[in-house]
Amino acid sequence: MNRTIIEKIWDTHCVADLGDGSYLIYIDRIFLHERTGSIALKGLEEAGRVVRNPEHVFCTMDHIVDTFPGRTDRTTMPGGTEFITTTREAALAAGINLFDLGDDRQGIVHVVSPEQGIALPGVTLVCPDSHTCTLGGLGALAWGIGSTDGEHALATKTLVVKKPRTMRVSFDGALPYGVTAKDLILHLIGRHTASGGVGFAIEFCGQTIRELPVEARLTLCNMAVEFGAWTGIVAPDDTTFEYVRGRPYAPAGDQWELAVRHWQSLRSDPEARFDREIRIDSRDIVPQVTWGTSPQHETGIDGRVPDPADEPDANKRQSVERALDYMALEPGTPLEGIPIDAAFIGSCTNSRLSDLRSAAQVLEGRHVAPGIKAICVPGSSRVKRAAEDEGLDRIFTRAGFEWRESGCSMCFFAGGESFGDRERVVTSTNRNFENRQGPRTRSHLASPTTVAASAVRGCLTDVRTLEN
Amino acid sequence: MEKFSQLTAIAAPIMRINIDTDAIIPSREMKRVSKIGLSDGLFAGWRYLKPGSREENPEFILNQEPYRQAQILLSGANFGCGSSREHAVWALSEWGIRCIIAPSFGAIFSGNCVRNGILPIELDNEIVEDLAAQIKTDPEGNKISIDLPRLSVTAPDGTSYPFSIPPADHEMLLQGLDSIAITQKRDPDILAFQQRDRQSRPWLY
Repeated sequence: MNRTIIEKIWDTHCVADLGDGSYLIYIDRIFLHERTGSIALKGLEEAGRVVRNPEHVFCTMDHIVDTFPGRTDRTTMPGGTEFITTTREAALAAGINLFDLGDDRQGIVHVVSPEQGIALPGVTLVCPDSHTCTLGGLGALAWGIGSTDGEHALATKTLVVKKPRTMRVSFDGALPYGVTAKDLILHLIGRHTASGGVGFAIEFCGQTIRELPVEARLTLCNMAVEFGAWTGIVAPDDTTFEYVRGRPYAPAGDQWELAVRHWQSLRSDPEARFDREIRIDSRDIVPQVTWGTSPQHETGIDGRVPDPADEPDANKRQSVERALDYMALEPGTPLEGIPIDAAFIGSCTNSRLSDLRSAAQVLEGRHVAPGIKAICVPGSSRVKRAAEDEGLDRIFTRAGFEWRESGCSMCFFAGGESFGDRERVVTSTNRNFENRQGPRTRSHLASPTTVAASAVRGCLTDVRTLEN
Repeated sequence: MEKFSQLTAIAAPIMRINIDTDAIIPSREMKRVSKIGLSDGLFAGWRYLKPGSREENPEFILNQEPYRQAQILLSGANFGCGSSREHAVWALSEWGIRCIIAPSFGAIFSGNCVRNGILPIELDNEIVEDLAAQIKTDPEGNKISIDLPRLSVTAPDGTSYPFSIPPADHEMLLQGLDSIAITQKRDPDILAFQQRDRQSRPWLY
């Protein structure tokens, strides 16, 4: 029978068919962080349950910890210290692997798990965090869950999951200059809406995807959830195997050959049927930027703020009107040239070494415009060190960027550090929701190169127009 | 977990699309490692006049009578998209919401609802819009009735609409079951799976 990669991984992990489309699925790896992992571990303990396979469970500190140099358990987030200390105590008591503050394996959960070789092709991996779908970029079947399901996975090593429908999204053609994986996924969401993927597991494929390095595939899959999808995945190939080889938790020796043979079978059969197909010509895509308060509110950097009057559907029209009011933008305004107050590079979407390199390339020999608050937060302690080893930190700081310790930082506002009231931020993160990055903060999502170029000019900028 | 069977209640329409869990409970309102004490932060960005304040915004529907007694929410498509935070469901539940009716839901949010005794019902957008219109003419009198055993929603005008949810979720809500306890009964299956899997994928053990 012809099967998709999603069905192949599903079948390998099926413990029991529960009937009517629900299955008991074996979970290979579980990752936790101090924001939601704390409550899952505490809930488990209060129910008198234990972690079934603590050796397969990992935990890092990323959401609540500060990213200032010299940070401690104290944080600017009100009540934040309790999240850090509760997580630490519960993790140590449960005997799971903890990447604590000061540990060089610490970092943003979805940056750390590929970096350490914990997320691998063909594994099922869950985390009480919606961006767990990131790890599909390695060929893992990975998805975000709530804290109760987190307890379920910890206690039983399984989850009850409804089998998703399947969608294939093909990107063909070479990526134009200045266009990145971030632009591909924003373009997809803009065309097919933030609920276009609801109920689906998505395989991303096509020539464009095959030519993407693993870190870019992680960026692509990271925002599958912003498309409403259950998860996204890219079939593992030689590029993936080269990336995984030699990482701390990756298979080695005889096990490596065995694993690669298995991983090579993880591709959709030529005749496999998907419930939905979308084809996109990558050559048509330009750098993307959002103008509203949903990732679907986006267009090319050469576009204009839309006019709600052009929207026939009443719900969508209201959504656009509300977004423009929040963003303080007038219909018809060209996006390029909208003045910004701040620029942010970081988050599980775009904080890996390749992201920092691409931004640094734009920033080298340049400086951010006067009055712009610019911050770069490497995705993990190892990314930070690797970037410093090649001098990227000096490029960022000379250009006027702050250079921080790793963590989720200002991707979201939790009562601590934020961009100010009504500040306009161009950001390499994944969510432009109302108040996401600060009270009444206005977020424009874009790639790290677009963020860097915009910081230099002090306004939303088409990176293709900067002189080389 | 509280059982769900029948419910006839005041419903509050918040007819926006893509209401995300950051809007349902902003991260700044999650101040403790706890599942309780969250209802105060429910929809904080819309419910209060200023960030961090508790001064009610009279324009927001849940600050108005009789919607303060609402046990049902109506909304546009993709309700609960975004962050996986189960705090969104804990806050709704503590505030008094037992059922949400929308054309579609964020996947993680919908699962979180079922695990906490909240019933997520998917109905076509036109039907949800019609229910909202009926409610607005008389919010107190025009209640909505949910019959979970029969899988039907009855509008104030008497029209009934069938809905579907996965049978496992149906059972869990009807009986108020704990999903972990149910799965733990399958422990021998899980052990057998692990033994087989250890042979075929030894690099993961």
